[in-house]
Amino acid sequence: MDQPIIRLTGVCKSYGDNEVVKDLNLEIMPGEFLTILGPSGCGKTTTLRMIAGFEEVTKGQVFLAGVDVADKKPYERDVNTVFQNYALFPHMNVFKNVAFGLVEQRIPKAEIKERVQAALKLVRLEGMDNRMPSQMSGGQKQRVAIARALVLKPKVLLLDEPLGALDLKLRKQMQHELKHLQQELGITFVYVTHDQEEALTMSDRIAVMNAGVMEQLGAPEQIYNHPATRFVADFIGESNIMEAYVDSITESGIKCVMEFGDFTIRRGDYADEEMLYICVRPENLRFTAEPVAGFNLFGKIKEHIFMGSICKTIVKLPNDQEVFRTAPPSDGLLPMDSVVHLSWRPTECSILRTKEEQIYNVIESSVEMEGFDARQIL
Amino acid sequence: MRGKFSNAGERILAAIRKFLALIVMVGPTGFWLVLFVFVPLVFVVVISFMQRGDYGVEAGFSLQGYLSVFSALYGKTIGKSLLLALETTALCLLFGYPFAYCMTKAPKKMVSFLVLLIMMPFWVNSVIRIYAWRTLINDNGYLNMLLEALGLNTIHLMRTNGAILLGMVYELLPFAVLPLYNSLEKIDPSLLEAASDLGAKRHRPFLRVVLPLTMPGVFASTIQTFIPCLGLYYICNMMGGGTDLYIGQVIERQFLSEAHNWPFGSALSIILIVLTIVMMKQYTRIGSLEDMA
Ligand SMILES: Nc1ncnc2c1ncn2[C@@H]1O[C@H](COP(=O)(O)OP(=O)(O)OP(=O)(O)O)[C@@H](O)[C@H]1O
Ligand SMILES: [Mg+2]
Repeated sequence: MDQPIIRLTGVCKSYGDNEVVKDLNLEIMPGEFLTILGPSGCGKTTTLRMIAGFEEVTKGQVFLAGVDVADKKPYERDVNTVFQNYALFPHMNVFKNVAFGLVEQRIPKAEIKERVQAALKLVRLEGMDNRMPSQMSGGQKQRVAIARALVLKPKVLLLDEPLGALDLKLRKQMQHELKHLQQELGITFVYVTHDQEEALTMSDRIAVMNAGVMEQLGAPEQIYNHPATRFVADFIGESNIMEAYVDSITESGIKCVMEFGDFTIRRGDYADEEMLYICVRPENLRFTAEPVAGFNLFGKIKEHIFMGSICKTIVKLPNDQEVFRTAPPSDGLLPMDSVVHLSWRPTECSILRTKEEQIYNVIESSVEMEGFDARQIL
Repeated sequence: MRGKFSNAGERILAAIRKFLALIVMVGPTGFWLVLFVFVPLVFVVVISFMQRGDYGVEAGFSLQGYLSVFSALYGKTIGKSLLLALETTALCLLFGYPFAYCMTKAPKKMVSFLVLLIMMPFWVNSVIRIYAWRTLINDNGYLNMLLEALGLNTIHLMRTNGAILLGMVYELLPFAVLPLYNSLEKIDPSLLEAASDLGAKRHRPFLRVVLPLTMPGVFASTIQTFIPCLGLYYICNMMGGGTDLYIGQVIERQFLSEAHNWPFGSALSIILIVLTIVMMKQYTRIGSLEDMA
């Protein structure tokens, strides 16, 4: 594959003493759909602004197509931005908004007309040329903003929560349209959102940010199934996170204890008495009437919550921690207050460890143990 | 039958209630408007059609007031006054726009200080401030003293049309700056980033985004300087030579000093008002056309 179209090396950004982006290293390949995902205030917009050139980096370097762009102004960078608030020019109609960049390039009138029409067609706004931005809906404005950037044929499009203001239905539709556009035109998208579902459905890769730090970079499945940190496990989808200590390491596995029970996990490079976080996705948690080999964990059914296609069952552990499982409602509901035993397939949990504040995932190193059954441990 | 009857009664009651509410709400404003704008204006109109008398006006219908206005003499006065207003407005915009622009770029704390600077002259009576200018620009005033000390030629400014222009610009500049600042400050900074992102370099974002978006402010400033400029006769009196009169001075003289010709003064006022309204109408129409483009 060719060289990355965007490369960030050791990028830091501070406002005064406030460090909002910390040591960011990221390579984005041509044609990739990369999403920066994180909670509000984690530095997503700041990162985009540094790539676009609206904000100087405090430390580190930004490369576009292999060139360090430290002293390049926004208009000298071959990227275009779709702003969080659209930033359409309120005194220009749709046509003039979209033609803005072409006029700056002194392109002949006839060609401008042709290209603007093509861009408007692409975002399905044909015939809207004379509308003013104030006469358009949020979704239409957003498409004008996209057309205005696309018409310049940039190599990279930076999109800052472009669907943030839309209702769920329109958002889903636009997600689909955007993804389609991106594939059709082969443009690199750097897409910012705090909506994890949006990130999971659209992206080739996701960079999860938290408090200025990129906590994990990977494909959606990887991020979802193998979160690298406790934050990622919590932020992406829902997780049951349980704290446990390594009790004894035996031939067959590692026994972990909690205040009120224990379970066995596969062998790994863990120290005695080390504290681990065990994360189990709600759809992977299993409830049984009888204990399952290797697990000595139980709780009481507290609540069933019907949520349409799935039903959420909340179980209270003896230490008052609540864990939950999601399953199709047709699976039959266990009666309230009945005691259930908890278990999960070893391949379906992520084990996170804390060590010098760094938490990392070791599940990948043991993926070759696929098909492993907890019953075999004892 | 009874139902229909009470219905009609209710409707009348509701109408009365609505009318009372309207009176309560717009009553005070309406009252003051009638008292201070409408009634005086009617006075002026009526007087303009009366006869000239020893104490200014006498009973009896006459068109003489208007006929005098259309003598060639006053056409020149009106033209000259409009030109002064135009020059004043142009200079106020020329100085006011960059000033307002710098204000939007200044740190927040600085802005309130700058606004204070602009407002401060209002704390002192305008006549006194113009008088202060006279001591500055007199032939042997401070300005010429400074020029002399620097070894430069002194200038004769006092009692020239230039001095009047100076006084007008000085007096009206704050009224030009504030609307400009208002409209400049409202511009979303991300629009400038968008322009830059789309390839607009150097002065281009200003030309294509800032200037068009501040046109409402420019219009407001123009109106706030152009119209008062036609009426500020005391600045012409204090700074000018006193021979070649401006329209405000001519009107003033019909009422307050030697001429004692109220019908003529009133007629001149009416014509000035009509002229101003027509020009402003025309001007705002151009403005709204430009907005559409
Ligand atoms: N100009 C600035 N001066 C000082 N602090 C700033 C500035 N811009 C952003 N910050 C801070 O930097 C942090 C990151 O801001 P940023 O806008 O990148 O967040 P974000 O991830 O885009 O959030 P959101 O999802 O709410 O848009 C925030 O804590 C914010 O307060
Ligand atoms: Mg943001």
